[in-house]
Amino acid sequence: MKVDERVCNALVLFGMLALPLWALAQDEPFTITLVTRAVILALAAVGLNIVLGFGGMVSFGHAMFFGIGGYAMGILAYHAQTYMPLDLGLFTFEGTKSMPVIWLVAMVVSAMIALLVGLLSLRTSGVYFIMITLAFGQMFFYFAISWAAYGGEDGLSIYVRNDFPGLNTLVPIQFFGVCFAILCVVLFLVARLRASPFGLALNAARQSGVRVETMGLDPMRIKLVAFILSGAITGLAGALFADLNRFVSPSMFSWQLSGELIVLIIIGGVGRLMGPVIGACVFVALEHALGGLTDFWHIYLGVILLCIVLFARGGLIGLLTGKESAHV
Amino acid sequence: MSDAVLATQNLVKTFGALKATDDVSIDLRPGEIHAVIGPNGAGKSTLIQQICGGLKPDAGRVFLNGQDVSHHDTRARAQAGLGRTFQVSALCMEDTVLENAVLGAIGANRAVWRFWASALKTRELTDRAKAALERVGLSEHHQTRCGNLSHGERRQLEVGIALTLSPRAFIMDEPMAGLGAGGSKKLTELLDGMRAQAPILLVEHDMDAVFALADRISVLVYGKIIASGSIDDIKNSDVVREAYLGQEA
Ligand SMILES: Nc1ncnc2c1ncn2[C@@H]1O[C@H](COP(=O)(O)OP(=O)(O)OP(=O)(O)O)[C@@H](O)[C@H]1O
Ligand SMILES: [Mg+2]
Repeated sequence: MKVDERVCNALVLFGMLALPLWALAQDEPFTITLVTRAVILALAAVGLNIVLGFGGMVSFGHAMFFGIGGYAMGILAYHAQTYMPLDLGLFTFEGTKSMPVIWLVAMVVSAMIALLVGLLSLRTSGVYFIMITLAFGQMFFYFAISWAAYGGEDGLSIYVRNDFPGLNTLVPIQFFGVCFAILCVVLFLVARLRASPFGLALNAARQSGVRVETMGLDPMRIKLVAFILSGAITGLAGALFADLNRFVSPSMFSWQLSGELIVLIIIGGVGRLMGPVIGACVFVALEHALGGLTDFWHIYLGVILLCIVLFARGGLIGLLTGKESAHV
Repeated sequence: MSDAVLATQNLVKTFGALKATDDVSIDLRPGEIHAVIGPNGAGKSTLIQQICGGLKPDAGRVFLNGQDVSHHDTRARAQAGLGRTFQVSALCMEDTVLENAVLGAIGANRAVWRFWASALKTRELTDRAKAALERVGLSEHHQTRCGNLSHGERRQLEVGIALTLSPRAFIMDEPMAGLGAGGSKKLTELLDGMRAQAPILLVEHDMDAVFALADRISVLVYGKIIASGSIDDIKNSDVVREAYLGQEA
């Protein structure tokens, strides 16, 4: 049975919306939290997919942006909750509990770091690019561990979830609604991006840098912009993730997380709009179903990954739609 | 030299002990097809690379419309008006023919920093792309993936993409390579019409095509231009016969 990709995409989003509503009716808040987790991981992977899928750059350091988003939230909320303004000399900084402000900061800081990391790493490709991005990710990881002011190794707890105007974000379904709405908006924007002249050029730069240069375009700059947009989206996801757990720790910077983001994109479908979303759903479902049974549930994830790499190059969305590649 | 669209001045390029380009000065004048011929390994592609910015010469300069572009990279030279085709097709194989051509239109219109409107629904881009594809006879293939094109169609597409740029000069590295007689003839007719739009520096092994098209021929052997002139000059040149044409006979 082959499903049209758009129908498939709509069904996945519908399912992601329907499950928490059903859980609400059944009074099972834990399920809502679980789906929220999938939504946020999906958002992080949608960001990575711009680089990995559209641009063909295997960033093994995207947890860096996830962590930056997380710490942006953690630091801003920490100063607000402790009423300890941070004295930065020129001005004091009070912190904030406002989600929109936190998101903005998370995205701007992530974008700036992405600019720097991109400038330094995009000259390389293949294994070297993987290694450089991994190294940057690890730098942030160790920096967070040693940053005692914000909890060091133990991380930072935020006691009350941050505010969104007009909502009570402590109610699981309301926080889910916020995250799901963001995911939908970002997916819409990314869909536009992919079809735009920029998206077409990025896709071309993945296939042949020489071709793009010969057209008078700069593949490096195109990839850099993609890297920045990607970092900002993953950073936003990090801020939401921290708010979901009301906790940030260096593990948000871990290379395992970078790896998991790559894995779930491969499972869902590399370079497909909804690939990361499907991958995140499968990932969270497995983690939940098998994680309770065995500590070694990653083995099953590995088996699935292997099967997909060997037998279904287009990922799950490729299997569902019968089309191995993103292109029509 | 002053009215030349494109000119090189004393280009030199060595690979270790090998002099791949040995003091090459050639030019390309408005409206002409200037063919560069020479045996395998003579340094033709190396010369083209230096003209287009892919290889940095050890010495010498490149001028485009009288402007020194020696220090421009590939991208800047393309923007300055070089439209290049590759000896080995460099296309986006996963993309459709139309998408490949639209990429050229994006380059020509400097439209790459647009993130919102769909590229394939932007008339200004697709019109330009489709017009170029029509000229090279690929109108039927807009939706065909490049990877599924025949070898000959890929060569046509290479030329088509160069056309989308509306360049000041075409630089073509063996566009006929691997084409059958029919394909060569069609492409020859196409190039014949293109020279009015912009002159062509044509590297080509297919001597029928060269003799049918060239206004001037330069012969490159071991990185050196050993002769340059009209078709008859070259046909009657002892140096050339000895160094090059003789080898094939
Ligand atoms: N990057 C390189 N490093 C070392 N040697 C090279 C390099 N590129 C080309 N050469 C050598 O320079 C010489 C000229 O090569 P080039 O590709 O320019 O020849 P050509 O005239 O285009 O030949 P063909 O007709 O086969 O396309 C050859 O001997 C080739 O082996
Ligand atoms: Mg060659």
